[in-house]
Amino acid sequence: MTRAQIITRLVKPALFIALLAPLALLVGQGGSDNLGANPVETITHQTGIWALRLLLLTLAITPLCKLTGINELVRLRRMIGVYSFFYALLHFMTYAVLDHSFDMTAILEDVVKRPYVTVGFSVFLMLIPLAVTSTNGMVKRLGGKRWKRLHKLVYLCGLGGVVHYLWLVKADTFSPLNYLALFLILMLFRLPDRTQDKIKAVVRNVIPGKRATPMLKEE
Amino acid sequence: MLIKKPEDYKPSEITDQETYLNRRQFIRDSGLLGLGVASTVINLPWSKHAWAESAPGKKPYPSLVKSPFSTDEKLTDFDDATSYCNFYEFGTRKSDPKDNSQNFVTSPWSVTIDGACEKPGTYTLEDILQPHTLEERIYRLRCVEAWSMVIPWVGFSLGDALKRFQPTSKAKYVSFYTLHDAERMPGQKRRVLEWPYREGLRIDEAMHPLATLAVGMYGAELPNQNGAPLRLVVPWKYGFKSIKSIVRISFTEEQPVSTWNQVQPSEYGFYSNVNPNVDHLRWSQKKERRIGNWLKQETMMFNGYADQVAPLYSGMDLKKFF
Repeated sequence: MTRAQIITRLVKPALFIALLAPLALLVGQGGSDNLGANPVETITHQTGIWALRLLLLTLAITPLCKLTGINELVRLRRMIGVYSFFYALLHFMTYAVLDHSFDMTAILEDVVKRPYVTVGFSVFLMLIPLAVTSTNGMVKRLGGKRWKRLHKLVYLCGLGGVVHYLWLVKADTFSPLNYLALFLILMLFRLPDRTQDKIKAVVRNVIPGKRATPMLKEE
Repeated sequence: MLIKKPEDYKPSEITDQETYLNRRQFIRDSGLLGLGVASTVINLPWSKHAWAESAPGKKPYPSLVKSPFSTDEKLTDFDDATSYCNFYEFGTRKSDPKDNSQNFVTSPWSVTIDGACEKPGTYTLEDILQPHTLEERIYRLRCVEAWSMVIPWVGFSLGDALKRFQPTSKAKYVSFYTLHDAERMPGQKRRVLEWPYREGLRIDEAMHPLATLAVGMYGAELPNQNGAPLRLVVPWKYGFKSIKSIVRISFTEEQPVSTWNQVQPSEYGFYSNVNPNVDHLRWSQKKERRIGNWLKQETMMFNGYADQVAPLYSGMDLKKFF
C-alpha cells in the first residue's frame, strides 16, 4: 500500500470512528445518569469544546504536513471539518432546545445582547456553507479556486470560536487563553515564508542552548 | 449633678417605616412564626433528622426548629448540591470544590468581629453559636449563572448574631471575609480573584429575618465544599453574595468591597438582588434551570421573596442599583 492508501483506507475510517467517541461518551454518561448535577451544561460544554478542538485540528493539518512531510494528511481534513460542524450543530441545538425551548424571540434577543452568543452564532452560520460544500461533488461544482476562497472562512471561524470561549468565561481565562495561543501559533504557519524565516531566527536567539548567531555575539 | 442622657437609638433598632405601616401584617406573620415554632415542639419526634445526609466526618444535628420561612418545593439532591459548587478557593470548575476540599480542617475556627461595634474581638465558632437555636430553613438558591437549587439550611438569623456585637450608629454596612490561606485553600494559589473573597450587605438587609448565618445543610454540618463551618445565606440575592467559610465580620460606615463587583462592576452590582428584569451580559436572568430539571422555569422577583424584602428597596431604582 502506498502512503496515500494507508491514510485513506486505514487512518481515515479509524479516525471516523474515533471522532464519534465524544458523542458516544455523552450518550453513555447520559444513560447511566453520570452527566453531573447540570446535564444540559455538561452537554453544551462538551459539544462546544469538541467543535472548537476539531476546528483547530483542521487548521493544524497544513502545519503538520509541513513539519512531518506527510502531505497526504490533507486527505483527512474535510472529514475533521465536517465533524467540527456536527458538534457545533449539536452545541447549537442543545442551546436552542434545552436552554430556550425553541423560542426564536428569546434566541435572537440573546444573539443581539450577549457578545459571546453573537460571536458563537456567527461562527455557526459561517460553518454551514463550509459543511454544505464539503462533498466531492460540491468541490467540483464550485471549482477548486472558488472552493478554496470560500473555505478561507475557516480562519474567521477559528478566531470566532476562541473568542466565543474567552468571552463566556467569568474569571478563569486560563483554558480559553491556551486555545487562543494554539490558534495564533497555527496562524504563524500562514505567514509568508520570508516572515516565517525571520520569526524562526528570533526564536532561535531567544531559546537558550541553541547555536549563537552573530546577533548574540555582539552583546 | 450629672444627668446622663440616654444614648441614641441605634439605626438597627429603629423599626423602619414600612414595617411600622405594615404592623398588623407583621403581627400576623409573627403569629405564624409562633405557630411554626409551636408545631415543631408538638411534632418533636417527627422533626428529628432521621433523614440527615452528611459529608464524610460531618455530624448530623439531633433536632432542629423548623422555620416558617421554608418553602415546600422539592429539595435538590444532596449529591447535586454538594458536587456542583462555585467556591473558587478550591478551584474554578464546578466539581473542584468537592475534589479539593476534603482535607480542609474547620476546627478550631474563629471569627474576628471589628469596626463600628461595641463588642469587637475574636470569637470562637462555639461562642458565636452558643446563644442561638438552630433552625432548618429551606430556601431557594438562585445562582447568577441562571441555575437554581432548593436547600435545607441549618442556621439562625444573621441579625440576631450581629446584634450581640452591638453595632453603633456608624454601622451602615456589614462586610464579610472568607479565610485567606492558600495552603489550606489551594485555589487561592492562582490569582483568579482578588483574595480574600469579600461580600457586604447594607445593615438593614443584614438585619432582615430571612438573612441567615448557616452552619449546616440537609440536617448535618456543612460539607467543606459548601462553605464549612460558617457561611452566609441571603436567599433573595444571587448566590455569590452568600459568602462561605467566614473568618471576619466588619461593621463599616462606607459601602464595603464585594469581590465580583470588583472583578466586573458592569456585570455584578453591590446589591445583586435576583431580578428577572435586569439583564446580565452573560446570562438572561428571565429564566433559570432548577438543578434536576431539563427545561428552564421563570425566575421570580427577589427569587420569590418579594413579599418579605421588597420594602427594603422601596423608592430605589433597581436597574441602577442592580
